[in-house]
Amino acid sequence: MPNPYIPNDTEDSEKRLLEALSIPDVEALFSDIPKEIRLKSSLKIPGPLPEADVKREVESILKKNRTVKDLRVFLGGEVWPHHVPAVVDEVSSRSEFLTSYTPYQPEVSQGILQALFEYQSMICELLEMDAANCSVYDWSSALGEAARMAARITKRYTFIVPHYISPERLTVLKTYAEPTGIRVLKVKQDVKNGEIDLKDLKEKVSRETAAVYVENPSYLGFIVEHVEAVAEIVHDCGGLFVVGVDPTSLGIFRPPGDYGADIVVGEGQPLGNYMNCGGPLLGIMACRGKLSFIRQMPGRMIGMTTTKDGSRRAYCMVLQTREQHIRRERATSNICTNEALCALRAAVYMALLGPEGFRELGENILYKTQYAVKRLSQIEGVRVPLFDAPHFKGFTVNLDGASKTISEVNERLLRRGIVGGKPLRSSFPELGETALYSVTELHKVEDIRALEEGLRKALEEG
Amino acid sequence: MNFGVDSGIYPLGSCTMKYNPKVNEALANLDEVRWVHPDQDESEIQGILEIMYKLASWLAEITGTHAVSLQPAAGAQGELTGVLIIRAYHKLNGELGRRDEIIVPDSAHGTNPASASMAGFKVVVIPSGEDGCVDVEALKEAVSERTAGLMLTNPNTLGIFEEDILEIADIVHEAGGLLYYDGANLNAILGKARPGDMGFDIVHVNLHKTFSTPHGGGGPGAGPVGVKEHLEGFLPVPVVSFDGERYYLNYDLPNSIGRVRSTLGNVGVLVRAFAYILSMGPQGLERAAEVAVLNSNYLARRLSEIRGFTLPYGEKPRKHEFVLSCSVLKSETGVTAKHVAKRLLDYGVHAPTIYFPPIVKEALMIEPTETEPVESLDRLVEAFRSVSEEAYSRPEKVLGSPYNTSVGLVDEVKASSPRTLCITWKMYKDRLRTSERGSR
Ligand SMILES: Cc1ncc(COP(=O)(O)O)c(C=O)c1O
Repeated sequence: MPNPYIPNDTEDSEKRLLEALSIPDVEALFSDIPKEIRLKSSLKIPGPLPEADVKREVESILKKNRTVKDLRVFLGGEVWPHHVPAVVDEVSSRSEFLTSYTPYQPEVSQGILQALFEYQSMICELLEMDAANCSVYDWSSALGEAARMAARITKRYTFIVPHYISPERLTVLKTYAEPTGIRVLKVKQDVKNGEIDLKDLKEKVSRETAAVYVENPSYLGFIVEHVEAVAEIVHDCGGLFVVGVDPTSLGIFRPPGDYGADIVVGEGQPLGNYMNCGGPLLGIMACRGKLSFIRQMPGRMIGMTTTKDGSRRAYCMVLQTREQHIRRERATSNICTNEALCALRAAVYMALLGPEGFRELGENILYKTQYAVKRLSQIEGVRVPLFDAPHFKGFTVNLDGASKTISEVNERLLRRGIVGGKPLRSSFPELGETALYSVTELHKVEDIRALEEGLRKALEEG
Repeated sequence: MNFGVDSGIYPLGSCTMKYNPKVNEALANLDEVRWVHPDQDESEIQGILEIMYKLASWLAEITGTHAVSLQPAAGAQGELTGVLIIRAYHKLNGELGRRDEIIVPDSAHGTNPASASMAGFKVVVIPSGEDGCVDVEALKEAVSERTAGLMLTNPNTLGIFEEDILEIADIVHEAGGLLYYDGANLNAILGKARPGDMGFDIVHVNLHKTFSTPHGGGGPGAGPVGVKEHLEGFLPVPVVSFDGERYYLNYDLPNSIGRVRSTLGNVGVLVRAFAYILSMGPQGLERAAEVAVLNSNYLARRLSEIRGFTLPYGEKPRKHEFVLSCSVLKSETGVTAKHVAKRLLDYGVHAPTIYFPPIVKEALMIEPTETEPVESLDRLVEAFRSVSEEAYSRPEKVLGSPYNTSVGLVDEVKASSPRTLCITWKMYKDRLRTSERGSR
């Protein structure tokens, strides 16, 4: 039987093609590959399987996963379980979007181009920034790119990050920054409330400082309130202020553009994208409207223009001279394939929610967070949260006053179908037996009650 | 309006726009993929880990490498991973200060030099020889004790197999450098030859090209990286390992370059590629390469017979893609590669990649893939023939195209000009306001 994905895999078609080329067989087309490197036997991989068997096989492997629907999961950090409206799936599964390449030919790609333009527009509204690209891979690579961008703009090579930064993002940042000579420094945060230690920051900024980075809400869930002071300190020394955000918080918290951010990064997964066990994700990147900033932006940007005859509005990719296919080793980044479909999903999501929807979403998450904090902190020996500050989505649970460790508790919780928070000991040993928990609008009051009870029982059990 | 592979032939060279099997979508959309958090206990994500472990081992077999990381989010991030491994390797040998050059041919994709420079290397560009392949003499001159590595794709961006690859590998290795394989063109040689056997030390593959996952209007993709045994310890962490009973995340790589992105990788894309390989099997993958190459040579032959188009760099068989030039057409009619591309759109086909690789003037880079039937190849030939006839008989028709698309020719110059640049609604409204004020 011919291969279902290879229509010319039939005798007739093959014969026609071979005759047109006057060659006896396809082998003639591979004769230029030196014998020594020709593969002598066939590849040792399984298959081929017919569609029904492929389905059965993959489904039976995947059954070994348990999902957020089977368990009560309180994990966040890099990705979070959020509701994905049905419209998002509907629009993004349109094969015209799904099966298209980067829109090199705008005349047959107005659909994706307009969707990505709208993504950029709405992201800028949400962040109160002027310009955005249409995605990089994820928050962490966006952060790495932001450090490189800040260094290009300022010609300075120190990038200062908060102590309680996501450890994964920090590792990626270093991967991206250090090879080109950017040094990553940490600034202290107050152990009581998580505020950036302004005294320490003042000592650390200098004429070498390309930028200072703050995450808000922080990786550990607390809100950093003195952001304007941070902005002032870094701006006074001629550096840039880079802010990392969770976009779902912006219906209720001030947007970073409002408190002095020059470059904003963040994770767009919560905007209509599934967790997918970690990817694909959506790296958000936005900046101020100065041309000198926009020209240093990595990645693709979509612009509104008209047709050449001026008769119609139209969209296309813009400022491509920043990019690798034109600027090569002097490009702002090597990124080529990005996360366009995830950005399209985010655009649909943002358009569905609107300002009201974002406010409701933010309030919902804020209430859930407060409720979880309140319930859990009633358990003896448990300190929730460690930081005396407002929290959003994420919060720390500390067991120093209890008789069990985080991993002992997590084991017991799992037996009750609850996935406890992420242990933080290896990243932040000074926090002791602490885990990072997270709740979203999908967590029901019963889930939080079940966690409370589970935690209580786990600590009581022998 | 948006043109996708499902709309018609999409012969975009270097992009391997093959059919995206629907069953792969159905599988990637299951709750067991979508609704799983990467930090869940390993016992709760054995399914995903098993898929990742097996996929990595299959990709190692297909590329002739020893160990594969599935972390990189796309080809370019795979490249960055690869050159960072080169960097870490020389650093460990105490040679980083000295070995600061990465060699790339002038026909290379832009991501190659861009990735090398992101990893802190100087980029040394070597000119291609008269046959369009690496000029071995030029390479010999370029290598030195400063050489950290060479980045190459094979077949190259002209679709020509680099026959001297073993000698090239020797030259680079003898100079103390490592060889990096850009896997964008792997579709041409699946089951026929493996980069690892050609002497490459590090290989990336684009799952969104060779392994059929959809491009989504620009992404997401995935760019797994395979390395030879001596480089395994440099891979990004975590990698998925198997202890005979269960799959687990292994962070224990002594010289790991760290991470290039957060979480485990673009898992949704990995699941699709896994299902694709299972559907194809060894015979299917090899058949894909054969028919991709057959389709490409058929088109190369027929299109280069059309007036105004030539196939630079000789008649040697091409692999999965080839590069036409319309320099002749341009000098005889004024019709450029861009005009040809626009006019082709009117015939209901997508245009080829144009002006790449940079070594061909008025380049049209064409990759039909194995998933197009002969009828659609013929339709493309007919479209080219009509465009050529028009160019010679009434060039203004071609110069004014496209006509049948949802919008006419888009003003890309205006779009990028600082005075008219508009990348958000807010900019648009601000501009309206200023111009209203101006006209008052
Ligand atoms: C030859 C070549 N190398 C590298 C890349 C980069 O891959 P990606 O777009 O997945 O980052 C591409 C694709 O665009 C390519 O065609």
